[in-house]
Amino acid sequence: MWEALSLPFFQRVLIAGLLASVACGVIGSYVVSKRIASLTGGLSHAAFGGVGLGYWAGLSPLIGAAGFGLVASMIIGMAHRKVRSGLDILIAMVWSVGMALGIIFIALTPGYVPDLMSYLFGSLLFVSWADVGLVAIVDVIILSAVFLFHPLFETICFDEEYAEASGMPAGPTLLTLLGLASLAIVTLLRVVGVILAIALLTMPAATARRWVGTLPAMMVLSVGLCAASIAGGLFLSYGISGAWGLSIPPGPLIILIATITYVSSIALPHRRHAETNGNTLRA
Amino acid sequence: MTDFAVELKALSVNLGGQTVLDRVDLSVNPGEYLAILGPNGGGKSTLLKVILGLHRPSSGEAQVLGQSPRQARRKVGYVPQQSAFDLDFPIRVSEVVRMGRLDSFRVGGFNQDDRLAVDEALDRVELRDLSLAPVGALSGGEVQRVLIARALARRPQLLLLDEPTSSLDERIGHSIWDLFDELSQEMTVMIVSHDMGAVARSVGSVACLNQQLHMHPSKELTSEILEAAYGCPIDLLAHGHPHRVLADHEGT
Ligand SMILES: Nc1ncnc2c1ncn2[C@@H]1O[C@H](COP(=O)(O)OP(=O)(O)OP(=O)(O)O)[C@@H](O)[C@H]1O
Ligand SMILES: [Mg+2]
Repeated sequence: MWEALSLPFFQRVLIAGLLASVACGVIGSYVVSKRIASLTGGLSHAAFGGVGLGYWAGLSPLIGAAGFGLVASMIIGMAHRKVRSGLDILIAMVWSVGMALGIIFIALTPGYVPDLMSYLFGSLLFVSWADVGLVAIVDVIILSAVFLFHPLFETICFDEEYAEASGMPAGPTLLTLLGLASLAIVTLLRVVGVILAIALLTMPAATARRWVGTLPAMMVLSVGLCAASIAGGLFLSYGISGAWGLSIPPGPLIILIATITYVSSIALPHRRHAETNGNTLRA
Repeated sequence: MTDFAVELKALSVNLGGQTVLDRVDLSVNPGEYLAILGPNGGGKSTLLKVILGLHRPSSGEAQVLGQSPRQARRKVGYVPQQSAFDLDFPIRVSEVVRMGRLDSFRVGGFNQDDRLAVDEALDRVELRDLSLAPVGALSGGEVQRVLIARALARRPQLLLLDEPTSSLDERIGHSIWDLFDELSQEMTVMIVSHDMGAVARSVGSVACLNQQLHMHPSKELTSEILEAAYGCPIDLLAHGHPHRVLADHEGT
């Protein structure tokens, strides 16, 4: 299996996947603590509209997805701040309209679209060095934003009303965070695909949450868990195709690994219990 | 510009098509210690949210520390009635209190002065020992003290407290009221509370709010004054018990 490391296509997908885990673990920690998984799921499906747009316009589908995701995140974010209730309908709408537009754009694109499935479920084969570069750029954007504005992001995730009342720019902070979430989704498109991206944004972070007590620690641990799931899924996908000639896209395998990790972490006694007991004793 | 800490003029608020505050006039002097009493749904929390700029008045004016409510936010400490946050959130006590330092756009982390203010605030609510505890592991009363500390951490000129003692036990409740008394020497304090006994002992003036607002400069809180003010009979009970509204209001 290790000979995969000497194959250029595998090197590219592995590097892209490992870089994507940085974006994914960091943003996933905000998504899980703020409990906006369904909102983020809406964003990732909306990104498919951008993939279609990219094909149709002859741009990189990833650039299309980034643009589409940013627009969708602004719409959902502003609606979230205005209505607060009834948001689930809007999310369902953005979710399905994004997919619908993607399919229409692809139907309008002349000729055959060879790697369409790879945007839905990920692929070992289609990652280019340009894609790797794009993922790296997104990582830099996300890490700089978090480095500069983490206190604002943390406050808006923890208690939105207080954030608003405190005088900090609550609206722009929330929109920025959702924009970063849609960029994190773009990093996952090539490796796990739109449909499964949300699982990788939430499960490693939810697993990490059980073991740590602060957001920064949760981020570090979920980056690690993300990277392990992605690397595991990629090697497994390669191994299965080598051993049995079956081509299973890496996305589903990555998700299964992340799920097994999460479920086993629930079965284990976790650290927060110990902390809780410690406090009761002290009080 | 006015010299009042809070000035509301003929202020009305409609929420969901319903009048919640009806032409409220209120002037709070700097340094005043004011309690807001009133029945559930009387609009007390709404009044504080207007002062914070979280609700827009449908008519009338609001000025806070000589500015618009939104501009004044950075000088106002707020303890919400129900904290909307999730106890499963991965965060420590000191990190929540630190949020009180955020009062505008900010780039980067917290500085020495922030840390000092956080420690001071934790000391005042006697939570220094728990500063590293995860918030999810605290009792309801401890959480309430964390929220008071968060409000104090910004060293406010105006402190808005919305039923801050509702889940505190007798002993802590007492010492928290002592803390409020002490704070009222340093800043303007507006407190919503159903704890009539403590209100009668502590505050300088009382406002009764049930859509409309009636002021009582006296701290001599009697059943008669309350009844006259609310237009409803109210039971004045010993410390630690909420008052009871004994009959329906006849819209004043
Ligand atoms: N966002 C909102 N939308 C619609 N109605 C609202 C909203 N917020 C409050 N209300 C209504 O305004 C009225 C006053 O609410 P408010 O929370 O100010 O009362 P309160 O005096 O603080 O009551 P309590 O003692 O129960 O805390 C209530 O009838 C409530 O239903
Ligand atoms: Mg209230």
